[in-house]
Amino acid sequence: MTKKQKRMLRRILISFGLLCFVSLFCALFSVPWFIQLVLYCIPYGIIGHDVLRKAVLGIRNGEVFDENFLMAIATIGAILMQEYAEAAAVMLFYQIGELFQSYAVGKSRKSISALMDIRPDYANRLDAEGNLEQVDPETVAIDDVIVVRPGEKIPLDGIVCEGSAVLNTSALTGESRPQTVHVGDAVISGCVSTDGLLKIKVSKPFAESTVSRILDLVENSSLKKAKAENFITKFARYYTPAVCIGAVLLAVVPSLFTGNWLIWIGRALTFLVISCPCALVISIPLTFFGGIGGASRCGILIKGGNYLEALAQTKSIVFDKTGTLTQGVFEVTEVHPAQAKSEIELLAIAALAESYSQHPIAKSLRNAVNGTLDKTTVSNVQEIAGHGVTACIGTDTAAVGNAKLMDSLSIPYTPHKGIGTVVYVALNGVFLGSILISDIAKPTAASALKQLKQLGIRTVMLTGDSATVANQVAADLGIDEVHAELLPADKVQWVETLLNQKPEHSTLAFVGDGVNDAPVLSRADIGIAMGSLGSDAAIEAADIVLMDDDPAKIPLALSIARKCHRIVYQNIVFALTIKLLFLLLGAVGIANMWWAVFADVGVMVLAVLNATRMLNIKHISR
Amino acid sequence: MQKKFQIEVDCANCAAKIEAAINKIEGVNSASISFMAQKMVLDADDANFDRIVKEIVKVGKKIEPDFELDV
Repeated sequence: MTKKQKRMLRRILISFGLLCFVSLFCALFSVPWFIQLVLYCIPYGIIGHDVLRKAVLGIRNGEVFDENFLMAIATIGAILMQEYAEAAAVMLFYQIGELFQSYAVGKSRKSISALMDIRPDYANRLDAEGNLEQVDPETVAIDDVIVVRPGEKIPLDGIVCEGSAVLNTSALTGESRPQTVHVGDAVISGCVSTDGLLKIKVSKPFAESTVSRILDLVENSSLKKAKAENFITKFARYYTPAVCIGAVLLAVVPSLFTGNWLIWIGRALTFLVISCPCALVISIPLTFFGGIGGASRCGILIKGGNYLEALAQTKSIVFDKTGTLTQGVFEVTEVHPAQAKSEIELLAIAALAESYSQHPIAKSLRNAVNGTLDKTTVSNVQEIAGHGVTACIGTDTAAVGNAKLMDSLSIPYTPHKGIGTVVYVALNGVFLGSILISDIAKPTAASALKQLKQLGIRTVMLTGDSATVANQVAADLGIDEVHAELLPADKVQWVETLLNQKPEHSTLAFVGDGVNDAPVLSRADIGIAMGSLGSDAAIEAADIVLMDDDPAKIPLALSIARKCHRIVYQNIVFALTIKLLFLLLGAVGIANMWWAVFADVGVMVLAVLNATRMLNIKHISR
Repeated sequence: MQKKFQIEVDCANCAAKIEAAINKIEGVNSASISFMAQKMVLDADDANFDRIVKEIVKVGKKIEPDFELDV
């Protein structure tokens, strides 16, 4: 509890004790009314003086119709009607409710900031003499070398220049899958080195490092308000004056006919206490805050309550293929030797011929060979753009490339009908065999899409890849609709078309890996960028950023959004129904002041408790 | 110029009202208050920035006497 809350708790306990004592005293002895008034005013003053002060200040500043005003009017009215005990008790319960609310809000603030405990406190900077000094991460400059010991957080983004380690990225991604880094690898701040000692050359100042960007994003997210939140504050602006007018009418009109002023003024006061809109006003931002905070714990950064709300309405999700549903890394998946050569020999010849090339295909061929290649035997390499390479390996001439290369060298070959990129290999003009290189689907992609289908989502895949590859991937993963062979500009156009097709009051999300798809990310209702912690453009353009590249985070984000949406509407409906019911009961005199306190404080407490359920994200992710 | 401030505001409704009032101050391009994060982001004209901040404190205190703003 904060100091303010402790002080309030003390006030509540003291005035509660005094109130009990005074009521007992007045019940046992017959006390004249003015002494009763003085006695009851002691607990009333202790518990309510700040409310009265704020009400007076409010009236003076032209800010009537807030909670303080309502409570002040209602309790003073009760005092005027000589219901002293009620007046003090109502004020007491109101303050208990306020204390509870401020405690609940403080607690969720704290649990969120504990979840986001990724801010590094220090960096170990290596100076020119090779001494270590502990410094504030903000003072570390680009190209400085820092040392991260086992168990320490990496404070700034950089490149490993010495050592290797297994990193725990769970604070960033919500996954405890370890990541091994070696010299030359880029590392991002916020990860923890679990075993090795790393020397890191800093590549970004602290303010632009991953940790700062994430903290910034999470902090700013509560500034972007959801529609529900704006609706309630707007609603409160009309609601409170309307209720006050209602109360005045309730006090005056029936009294003019019945002449029974006391009863109807009493009912009007009850009416005022019931009407207090605080339950709604507090519970909605609390829910969104919990949802955004809980999601960021799972490695899902949502840039605002408005996006969380929009995600709950999502009916169609459009995926980019490469790097989003597939790994975007090309691997050798099939090797077909045509001659008496073994698979390993075939691969070795292809890899040697391609050993100087930077083409992705060449890289995947080299990766497929176990052990190192003896490049010294390779000479006279010629890259033929769009075809492949020819090279001399020792005394032999190798040709490695696509069908066009084989045709142009007039080498007869057996065509391969696999899905992916086919590489044909020939040595001294004789066809040796073919190698299939393809992009493989992410291990969680299929189950993620299945979950999305269960959530009632229409899935579409857009890709620049060939139709055969696209259709195969779509069939494997169970995607509803595929559009292939698209240029980046075509993707924007397709998203436009799909936006026009989507059902009314629903939203469309686009998921991409952030490479080249910034325009599509911003065109869709919700842009989701994945695995793009390194890419500034994607973080800028996207509304939701997945810190790792796991497609399973998409159904999780959707479930979080829907839970949040459910809680918000439960609270709106629940609070308004109870209030309206009690307003009616209060107006006809069935609900007295005690019921009124329940309708105000009780509803608020229940709504806040319901909202704090949002902090419990673990439930959803399981 | 855009700047972020730490604020203290005790009730969610007041935060919303203060946000609306600040956005009406002349020279304020946009202002957003987060009750949960107790933060305000202000985008206002450079020339009058300090005057605007002072005015915000005044407006804020008028709506919620406990409103505080750490400059």
